[in-house]
Amino acid sequence: MNSKVLSIKTVVAIGIGAAVFIILSRFGSIPTGIPNTNVETSYAFLALMSLLYGPVAGLLIGLIGHTIKDAVFYGAPWFSWIIASGVVGLLIGLAASRIKLRDGKFGIKAIISFNIIQVITNSIAWFLIAPTLDIFIYAEPANKVYIQGLVAGAANIVTVGVLGTLLAIAYAKTRPKKGSLTREL
Amino acid sequence: MNHKILSYIHQESPIHRLTGAAKLIGFILWSLIAMITYDTRILVVMFILGIMIFLSSKVEFRYISFVFYIFLLFLFINNIAIFLFEPMQGVEMYHTKHEILHIIGHYTLTAEQLFYQFNLTLKYLTIIPLALLFMVTTHPSEFAASLNKIGVSYRIAYAVALALRYIPDIQRDYQNISLAQQARGIDLSKKQKLTKKLRYASSILMPLIFLSLNRIETISAAIELRGFGSQKRRSWYHERPFTKEDYLAIMLIILLFVFSMIITFLDGNRFYNPFR
Repeated sequence: MNSKVLSIKTVVAIGIGAAVFIILSRFGSIPTGIPNTNVETSYAFLALMSLLYGPVAGLLIGLIGHTIKDAVFYGAPWFSWIIASGVVGLLIGLAASRIKLRDGKFGIKAIISFNIIQVITNSIAWFLIAPTLDIFIYAEPANKVYIQGLVAGAANIVTVGVLGTLLAIAYAKTRPKKGSLTREL
Repeated sequence: MNHKILSYIHQESPIHRLTGAAKLIGFILWSLIAMITYDTRILVVMFILGIMIFLSSKVEFRYISFVFYIFLLFLFINNIAIFLFEPMQGVEMYHTKHEILHIIGHYTLTAEQLFYQFNLTLKYLTIIPLALLFMVTTHPSEFAASLNKIGVSYRIAYAVALALRYIPDIQRDYQNISLAQQARGIDLSKKQKLTKKLRYASSILMPLIFLSLNRIETISAAIELRGFGSQKRRSWYHERPFTKEDYLAIMLIILLFVFSMIITFLDGNRFYNPFR
């Protein structure tokens, strides 16, 4: 693996990020009433980590976090949705590479483009990838998995749109802006 | 909020003696078979084998019972949901229709549907004993070493080790923050409106995330100071060399894999059909 892609900070961000993802999906989720489907605050966190540490970190936090979460809390990994989680992290990180959250820049423009990106990404992952893999791997009935995907995707879009945006704004406020210092004469 | 999670339990047994890498390869192949095949005969054999392997590990049932019950509940709900959404899935799959009981409207219980859902349930029940066993018999550090051994980059393997290492710490952080915010007046009961729930959730989320971001800075500075990532390879304290038993176990699982694939695809598709 290329060491530029996986810097030490990225490695640690993946590890700690996955651990936070796991804890949030265990304690920070609100049931929607459809089996196996919740409003997951962990996806707002995943979106923030993709913005901060890039697509590779996003992909691996999604994959590792979701796999360990399934394994330690439910006993068996659910691979179709694990792959979808990884895709969310990857695509948000790829598409949002122009948002410079680290420099404290998260204005109206960035908020709008972040939300467009997250809606598209979540739609691809939950309306398309997760249910299709469910049918392919587990041969579950099509309309059940598409409804599950629809509900989970809609919930995730709202969660990332509201909580994810708020988190990013809060983070941007803590960063010193580039060129914010003026020289006293 | 004292939720239990599955974790490694030290014991002496043939399963514990196998190296992590052998168990990982075995578990991956085992799950692959269970995911691919819909052949009832293979699934039944694997289900019995799985239970036998579990018994040979001498892991007491009470250590894993809480996860097992959650899983059974999930299976139950999932089965009901499948029937509600698609009571004719089995008929579509097996191309015949043997009605047993007409319930209401288009809800008719058919032998095909029962058989399809039986297979689906069996698939999950074959994976679960080995998945649980893998979790409780493999030390987290050895697990990271085995990931590296089967070809995963050691940086990624180390990230997995970090995640496993920090789950308890972050769980503690979460609980402390949650209690502190409750002391300051947030209400985590279920009766709240969704908007309020979201606001309260974010009042826990923010401190937790900033704490974790700081933690990332600290840990990456610490491991960089110790020279992490300067070499192409690294050694693992918990890595063990393969023994005869490991090779034997891997050979057996590969045999099982090949054998199941041949039986599964011999008649053209993944589904074993007793109705024709």
